[in-house]
Amino acid sequence: MAVAAHADPTAGDAPAGEFTIIEAPLRAFAVATIFWGVVGFLMGVVIASQLTWPLLNLDLEWTTFGRLRPVHTSAVIFAFGGNALLCTSLYVVQRTCRARLFGGEDMGWFLFWGYQFFIVAAALGYVLGVTQSKEYAEPEWYVDLWLTVVWVAYLVAFGGTILRRQEPHIYVANWFYLAFIITIAMLHIVNNLALPVGGGTGKSYVVWTGVQDAMIQWWYGHNAVGFFLTAGFLGMMYYFIPKQADRPVYSYRLSIIHFWSLIFLYIWAGPHHLHYTALPDWTQTLGMVFSVMLWMPSWGGMINGLMTLSGAWDKLRTNPALRFSVTAVGFYAMATFEGPVMSIKAVNSLSHYTDWTIGHVHSGALGWNGFITFGAMYYLFPKLWKKAGLYSEKLVSWHFWLATLGIVLYITSMWVSGIMQGLMWRAYDELGFLQYSFVETVAAMHPYYAIRMLGGLLYLTGALLMAYNLWMTVRSTALAETAPQPAFAPAPAE
Amino acid sequence: MPTKIEKDSVTGRETTGHEWDGLKELNTPLPRWWLYLFYATIVFAVVWMILYPALPVTGLHGVTGWTARGAIGPELEAERAKQEPMLARLRAATPAAIAADPELRNFALAGGRIAFANNCAACHGAGGQGAAGGFPTLADDDWLYGGSFEDIHFTITHGVRNGEDPEARGIAMPRFLADGILKPDQVGDVTDYVLSLSGQAADAAAAGRGEALFAENCVACHGEKGEGNREMGAPRLSDQVWLYGGDRASVLRSVSFAHAGVMPAWGKRLDPAIINMLTVYVHALGGGE
Repeated sequence: MAVAAHADPTAGDAPAGEFTIIEAPLRAFAVATIFWGVVGFLMGVVIASQLTWPLLNLDLEWTTFGRLRPVHTSAVIFAFGGNALLCTSLYVVQRTCRARLFGGEDMGWFLFWGYQFFIVAAALGYVLGVTQSKEYAEPEWYVDLWLTVVWVAYLVAFGGTILRRQEPHIYVANWFYLAFIITIAMLHIVNNLALPVGGGTGKSYVVWTGVQDAMIQWWYGHNAVGFFLTAGFLGMMYYFIPKQADRPVYSYRLSIIHFWSLIFLYIWAGPHHLHYTALPDWTQTLGMVFSVMLWMPSWGGMINGLMTLSGAWDKLRTNPALRFSVTAVGFYAMATFEGPVMSIKAVNSLSHYTDWTIGHVHSGALGWNGFITFGAMYYLFPKLWKKAGLYSEKLVSWHFWLATLGIVLYITSMWVSGIMQGLMWRAYDELGFLQYSFVETVAAMHPYYAIRMLGGLLYLTGALLMAYNLWMTVRSTALAETAPQPAFAPAPAE
Repeated sequence: MPTKIEKDSVTGRETTGHEWDGLKELNTPLPRWWLYLFYATIVFAVVWMILYPALPVTGLHGVTGWTARGAIGPELEAERAKQEPMLARLRAATPAAIAADPELRNFALAGGRIAFANNCAACHGAGGQGAAGGFPTLADDDWLYGGSFEDIHFTITHGVRNGEDPEARGIAMPRFLADGILKPDQVGDVTDYVLSLSGQAADAAAAGRGEALFAENCVACHGEKGEGNREMGAPRLSDQVWLYGGDRASVLRSVSFAHAGVMPAWGKRLDPAIINMLTVYVHALGGGE
């Protein structure tokens, strides 16, 4: 079989028998990842400060916590995480399939600008008060429709590239990326079904009502975590950890079993967000037991990530970027254990509606999604800009320790504050009266809110160091590789 | 096509023989501890689904018969039953009698504290210290509607100008400028006169002109010397306690546009025992009469 049979004839200066992947839009995605990351972390610090010092709401409708909070969540999940996923998935799928992007460079640019337009339109809407009030799905119908167009194009580009692959098998990272793309499409469309009303105001009403709306919303919300923030980022892990460690993936069999069990079980777990509500009891039970069963399928990814390093642990000392990727897997393991524990109804009766949930989400978001992305970006920037290495390994180390300290402050303060909050809510005095009023519980949390803000500030500082480091890497002429980036060695003809 | 199975020198495992962009996979079997824990969670799930309601079938509750509603109901009932004897006594007694009985008073202050914190503190402050913009201080001895047990009880029960309770306290003050009752310069004169009532610096000439206007328009509610009227809820104007600010600009605004503070009729929302406890608690805040 000829290796380059499907290679794009316009592939440029690649020597015969080799081909280059489409990289220009990927460079844009990589820059966007860093840019939106910094924006998202900054917004997080802003709203954490507002919770600590309410004066910072500024008494302006556009800058109140209620409007800036979705700006933060969308910026980190969809802008930072989304650009990271688009960037890495399109890089990984081309390289592991030995096929250029389906739809070519134009497709890459359409996805890039289409996705950035979605982000900006959504964020503008939040600040101006345009929202359909569904958590993590706040944009109104016209932004939803546009995202649907972009997302279907993404599926076509990704799936098309897999279909024209020149490898007999599909690499495990691509299974996870594909599951992420398909499921997010389904979740997005079903959760956002709405009837537009009121002409120019953009207002719409969601077709789901009452408890069914709540169920659909958390089916969406939980699987945004499951498929956007877990499956998609596991795809990232399955490429960049073995690459950085230069080791084979620990277990192919484990990857199959944990992939299928993860995607089968995750989709049922949403009701655990609605424990002790009007949701029927049987649905709540299902949500809980499926969450408990998710523990090992989640940890399968942790095992494959960490055990891939056997024989290469020494690289952690010399490669600070790998340190990010591996620590990410550690946080992943912690968060995916904490999740099933919190889904147990007895635990949930204490943790629900408290800061514990916020801390849990951030151990996943800051520790797992953030760190695995940082590791991938430190690897990708030199590759995409044809540099021999990073501007400064020392700055990577500084980034790592600042961010790790930030996460520790964040998570521990939210554990203390959340558990304290839950216990105060349920405390009765000896006469049978509530011991604390709501306001007293809020006042008690104030110091922990300040610590949380400090943790976020450290995390943001680390990200700024990364942005500077990567900028200098791109700008550096000293690091430029004289020879073109090695493309694929031709596989032996069969 | 594949397969070039190799032996990994570090682990001794064989690869699957596939390769993508230089990446290979080992053919390591599933870790036993992982597999058995996975089985264990599945067994747990099945057992739990037998014990608890887990299927969308009417009448199928799981063998324990547990329901969320069935679990919380008795728990709340038990808590209520513990308090009920005391609550019954609180409902039957007047606030004054409650305050005179050490046992009842102790109970009422504990319940009143938390009821106040969860229902009243948002406007009146955590310790009844009030708030700017028309939320009266309850921790002093200056009362709009009276500070006796009966007065406080009545105010809490029926509220103020809420439109939901015909017995609610307070009448609306006219908007003297906005409704064209007084001309702008007359409003200024009345303002100066009002300031002079509490001994504040005021334009003597203007205050002199304002006196007649005050007698004509204001004394019916606020009294001849601005001593106020609890029946109407008209604040005393001759002291230093101000609900909406006592500087010239604030008084001018009050005369021009009036204020009409609102308080809910808690009698429609809270158990009579809680109203009694709140009454005793508010009375004890500092200024009970």
